[in-house]
Amino acid sequence: MRALVFTSLLASLAFAEPQSGIEVLHVRGNVYMFASDEGNITVQVGEHRDNDGVLMVDTGSASMTERLQAELHKLTNKPLLYIVNTSADADHVGGNAVLSKGSASRGGANNGPRAADVNIYAQDNALTRLSAPEAHMPVLALPTMSFDRLKDFTFNGEAVQIFSEAHAHTDGDSIVYFRGSNVISAGEIFSTVGYPVIDRVRGGSIQGEVKALNHLLELTVPEISQEGGTMVIPGHGRLCDEAEVTEYRDMVTIIRDRIDDLIKKGKSLSEVQSDRATRDYDGRYSQPAWTGEMFVASIYNSLKASGSE
Amino acid sequence: MRRRIGVLMGSVVLVSVSAFAQRGEAPTGFSLVGMWSGMYHEDELERTDPGPPPGDYTGIPINDAARYHADSWDADLVSVMEHQCIPHNAIYSMRGPANLNIQADIDSSTGRLLAYIIDGTFGGATRVIWMDGRPHPSKFAAHTWGGFSTGTWEGDTLRVATTHIKAGYLRRNGITFNDNATLTEFFDLHDKYLTVTTLAYDPIYLTEPLLRTESFLWNPYQPLAPPHAYGATCQPAPELPRPYGWVPHHLPGTNTVVTEFSKAYGIPFEATRGGAETMFPEYREKLKTMTIPPPQIFLTKFKQEHEDTAPEKAPAKEAAK
Repeated sequence: MRALVFTSLLASLAFAEPQSGIEVLHVRGNVYMFASDEGNITVQVGEHRDNDGVLMVDTGSASMTERLQAELHKLTNKPLLYIVNTSADADHVGGNAVLSKGSASRGGANNGPRAADVNIYAQDNALTRLSAPEAHMPVLALPTMSFDRLKDFTFNGEAVQIFSEAHAHTDGDSIVYFRGSNVISAGEIFSTVGYPVIDRVRGGSIQGEVKALNHLLELTVPEISQEGGTMVIPGHGRLCDEAEVTEYRDMVTIIRDRIDDLIKKGKSLSEVQSDRATRDYDGRYSQPAWTGEMFVASIYNSLKASGSE
Repeated sequence: MRRRIGVLMGSVVLVSVSAFAQRGEAPTGFSLVGMWSGMYHEDELERTDPGPPPGDYTGIPINDAARYHADSWDADLVSVMEHQCIPHNAIYSMRGPANLNIQADIDSSTGRLLAYIIDGTFGGATRVIWMDGRPHPSKFAAHTWGGFSTGTWEGDTLRVATTHIKAGYLRRNGITFNDNATLTEFFDLHDKYLTVTTLAYDPIYLTEPLLRTESFLWNPYQPLAPPHAYGATCQPAPELPRPYGWVPHHLPGTNTVVTEFSKAYGIPFEATRGGAETMFPEYREKLKTMTIPPPQIFLTKFKQEHEDTAPEKAPAKEAAK
């Protein structure tokens, strides 16, 4: 249990920084990026007849909620109707309890499984972790509906697809694809400020992370010269398109291959770490809370567990 | 009456000067507008064909991390679907191939110069140099191949600052820069020649700024490049039967190709590894302590020209058999 709490804390703190402002960027179509150093939140808002309101992907850390609400009210007076949690990490679900109380009565038919102001969607394993007694999550913060592989529906006049990317960062990750706006919210699968956190205690794996990044690349379509087109909002960092996901996929794959090669040569974890297989990427991605050495250890253990010898 | 005309004329002049000042245009500088042909006389073999050989890291102030990264680079990477249509980025694009078509974006209501638009670089990473004093975007804004550029006049030199550039290459053989790299350029006009001096800063891979120059000749007869040269029609397609997600690269210590440049040109391998130290005259003293390998490329060429084609030697060889 102590390990679980530690790794959960680690994942949520990996890129946490002191409180900062939230910057709102219009990505395209119905989708906005609420960017901050503490992590990104995706907001979809629309004016579609009989089916409009706000969908929020992740709710940030609890300390962000007031700032988040203030920025949301500046953007729209539409009610928040849906929350999607791409992970069970504290910095993705911290605002669930407050925001799920809703700001207005939605009226009309309720598409969710219970009469809540706000429906919260998450992958099955994320729900399991959030509803465990040791998570100490208030009932209002819990997902109202979960899914195994895929959840899709239409909201604000566009198709919304939530894909499970299980066994990547954890076993409960997902990404959200706004098909009309052509924007993907990638959660913890993708970051521009650090290595992906492979949380093995909570079901994460390096092979799942590589698979998820390749799935992201299958979904993205550049507009011209490998640029623009489908925009990707990372869990942490700046707004991106396919080119940055490619750069990140290449980096993760190359480091995975280097460590796999050392394992096949019979190297121990300490020997692999001393080899510094991430030395060309550490200046760019290593962070105090999730260093290149820690990333190497997570890959090593993940590959050993999957039978790489 | 004459006095009134004088006052009126004076007012016109003042209004004109005032309007000129309001446009934010200093009475210096020149117009970049026109067609400019790349001259390629600096580093021609690297910039055109055959391009830089693998392992040639000379002249670039890279650190160990950049060198390690370049050694892992595999030329097959450009065949990966997501890499096929990548254009030359802002830090590299002036190197060419680049027959530039520079246009001005003018505010039609005020006549104010808003931006210069540089088209014609390889792959279509059009660059926009904003001249209207706007700030650079926030750190959360998307990066592009062309980056975000702002220009200011320093006398007759246009100084251009560029940020928000996607990660790319400094040299087309695996030497790369990171996405937090920035670029400062100086555009100077000498008669019909436009010289662009570039200073690339990468706090992760470069120990000091990389300084390079590229020159262009004013050429109003230059034809516009066809759309495919801009990358507009680039469509990636599978080139090799590889599984999706394949990322070609050399594992550490396995790349033997990087030694070929040293052997071919007769340069000590250590000196081909780049870095600031190797770029300055003082390095000659260190070179004297190294073993200089025979330059195979010249030996081969010499042999081809003076031995293989010598007709009188053929019978001798036959006789020896």
